[in-house]
Amino acid sequence: MAFGPFLLLALMEGLVTAAILALAASGLSLVFGVMRVVNVAHGEFYMLGAVLAWAVTTMIPGPPAMAFLAAVLIAPLLVAALAAAADGLILKRLNYEPEATIVATIGLLYILQQAALSLYGPNANPVAAPFTWRIQLPWFGYSGYKLFVVLAAILVLLALWAFMTRTRAGLVMRATQVDRTTAQAFGINVDRVYMGTFALGAGLAALAGVLIVPVQQAQYLMGHDPLLLSFIVVIIGGLGSLRGTLIAALVIGLSDGVISMFFTPTLAKILATLLVAMVLVFRPQGLFGAKA
Amino acid sequence: MKPWILHIALIAVLATAPLWLSPYHATNLARIMVLAVFAMGYNLAFGYTGLLSLGHALLLAAGMYAAGLPAQLWGWAAGPAFIAGIAGGGLIAAALGLLALRTAGVSFMIVTLMFAQAGYLTLLYFAHVTGGEDGFAVVSSGRVLLGFDLSTDTPRFLAALTIFAIGLLASLALVRSPFGRTMVAMRENEERSRMLGYNPFTVKLAALTLSGLYAGAAGAAYALLFGYVGASFATIQYSILPMLYVLMGGAGTTLGPFLGALLMFALIEAATVLTTAHQFIVGAALVVLILFAPKGILGTIRERWLRWLP
Repeated sequence: MAFGPFLLLALMEGLVTAAILALAASGLSLVFGVMRVVNVAHGEFYMLGAVLAWAVTTMIPGPPAMAFLAAVLIAPLLVAALAAAADGLILKRLNYEPEATIVATIGLLYILQQAALSLYGPNANPVAAPFTWRIQLPWFGYSGYKLFVVLAAILVLLALWAFMTRTRAGLVMRATQVDRTTAQAFGINVDRVYMGTFALGAGLAALAGVLIVPVQQAQYLMGHDPLLLSFIVVIIGGLGSLRGTLIAALVIGLSDGVISMFFTPTLAKILATLLVAMVLVFRPQGLFGAKA
Repeated sequence: MKPWILHIALIAVLATAPLWLSPYHATNLARIMVLAVFAMGYNLAFGYTGLLSLGHALLLAAGMYAAGLPAQLWGWAAGPAFIAGIAGGGLIAAALGLLALRTAGVSFMIVTLMFAQAGYLTLLYFAHVTGGEDGFAVVSSGRVLLGFDLSTDTPRFLAALTIFAIGLLASLALVRSPFGRTMVAMRENEERSRMLGYNPFTVKLAALTLSGLYAGAAGAAYALLFGYVGASFATIQYSILPMLYVLMGGAGTTLGPFLGALLMFALIEAATVLTTAHQFIVGAALVVLILFAPKGILGTIRERWLRWLP
C-alpha cells in the first residue's frame, strides 16, 4: 500500500480512538470540573460498560442490531446507577476532599476490577457489531461500524453540549461548578448535583465502552489504557473545560493513531505521558483551571 | 527514651522470629520487612512531609534495576550492587522531585503517576535489557554477600532484618531531629514555615530524596534477597501498596509502615483460604480506611492513649 492511503488508514483509526476518548474524557472532565474530584476509577466504568454490553447482548436473543441497541441503553444506565451509589456511600462522606477521594477511587478501582474478574472471568469476549457492511475505498475496505462510532460520539457530545448550555439542569451544574457555596445559598441541592454529575460522567465512560466493544472485545483489564489516555486528554485540554477536552481528544487520538502505525505503541505512550507530566509541571495553573 | 526502647525491642523480637516461625513464614517475614522499608520511605514523604505520591513504584524499580542490572551484566557482587540500588533510588527521587515538586496536591499526584508510568513503559520498551514484563532472575553469583549466600534462609532473613533495623532506627532518629520537625511543618502549614525562614522546596526535595533512598534500598534488597527483577514492580500497584500499608498502620508514625505491611500480608494470607479475590481486599481496605480510620491504627492509638508514640 502506498504512503497516502496508509496515512489515511492511520488517520481513520485515529479518529475512532479520538471519538471514544472524547466520550470517556468528557466524563472525567465533567466530574473534575463540577466536583473537583479526580476519579481514578473512571477507566473501570468504561470497562463495566463493555462487560455489561457483552452480558446484555448474550442475554437478549434476536438480531444483533436489537441486542446492541438494548446494550447501548441498559449498560450506561446500570453503570450510572452504580456510580451514584458510590458517590452517596463513599465520596459524599469524604466531603469530596481531593486527596481522600483519590485514595477512595483507587480502592473502588480495585473492587470493580476484581468484581469483573470474579463474575465475568479473565477471558476477552467479542460482541457482534449491530451491522456488518463495509465501505469500499479504492485502496482498502473499511468497517462501516467504526465510522458509525465516530458519528455516534459526535451526536452524544453535541447532546451533552446542549444539555450543559441549554437546559436548567446544565445551568445548575455550571452554577455549582463556579461556586458551590453560593449555589447552595440559592437553594440548589448540591448533593444531588454531585451525585448526578458523577453518574453522568460514569455513564459517558460506560457508553464509550459499549461503543468500542464490537471493535475491541470486552476484558476486565481494558479500563487501564482509556484511564491513562483520558487523564492525558483532560490535562492537556485543561481539567474541567469540555471544549479543551474535545480538541485534546482529537489531537491525542489522531497522533496516537499515526504514531502507533509508524512507531511502536509503547514509544507513543511514553512520549504522551512525559508530555502530560511536563505540561503539569510547567503550566499547572493554565491547565488545571484557576487553582494550582 | 521510651520510643528507642520500643523500637529496639521490636527489632529484638523480630530477630528471634526464625526460632519460632516455620521457614516458610520466616521468608514471608523477610519479605514483609523489605516491603516495610519501602513503606517507611513512603511514610517519610507522605506521612511526615505531606507529599502524596502515586509514583513510588518508579523509585522501587530504580533501586531494583540499579542493583540487578550490574549484577547481571557486569557480575557485581551483592555489596556494591546494593549500594548502587540505594543510590539509584535516591538519584531518581531527586530528579523526580526537581520536576514534580513544582506542583502540589492533586497535580503532584498526577505528575508522579505519569512519570512512574513513563518509567514503566521505558522498562518495557528496552525489554531486551530489562527483560520487560517477564523480568529476569538475578544470577546466583550476584547474590553473595561477605561469603554468605543470600538465597539461603538464614542469611536472607538476617540481611532483611539488618536493613529493616537500620531503616527503622534511622527514621526514628530522623523524625525526632530538627529536620524531621521541619518536614512535619511543611505538612501542617507550608506558608507559615516559609514565613519562619524555611525553604519548602529544598525541605521537600530532601524528604523525597530520603524517601527514594529507602525505596531504592528496598528494591535492591528485594532483587538480591529474592532473586527476581521485573517491570511489574514499576506498575501502579507498587505505588499503591506502600500507601495502603502506611494508611493502615498510621501515616506519620514510625512503626506504622511495618504494622501495615504485616497486617495487610496477614489479611491476604488469611483470606486466601476463603477467596482468591486479593484485589478486592486491597480495594475494600483502602475505602474502609479512608472512610473510617484516616489516621490508621497507630495514629488512632497515639491520639487516644499513647501521646509519646513517635
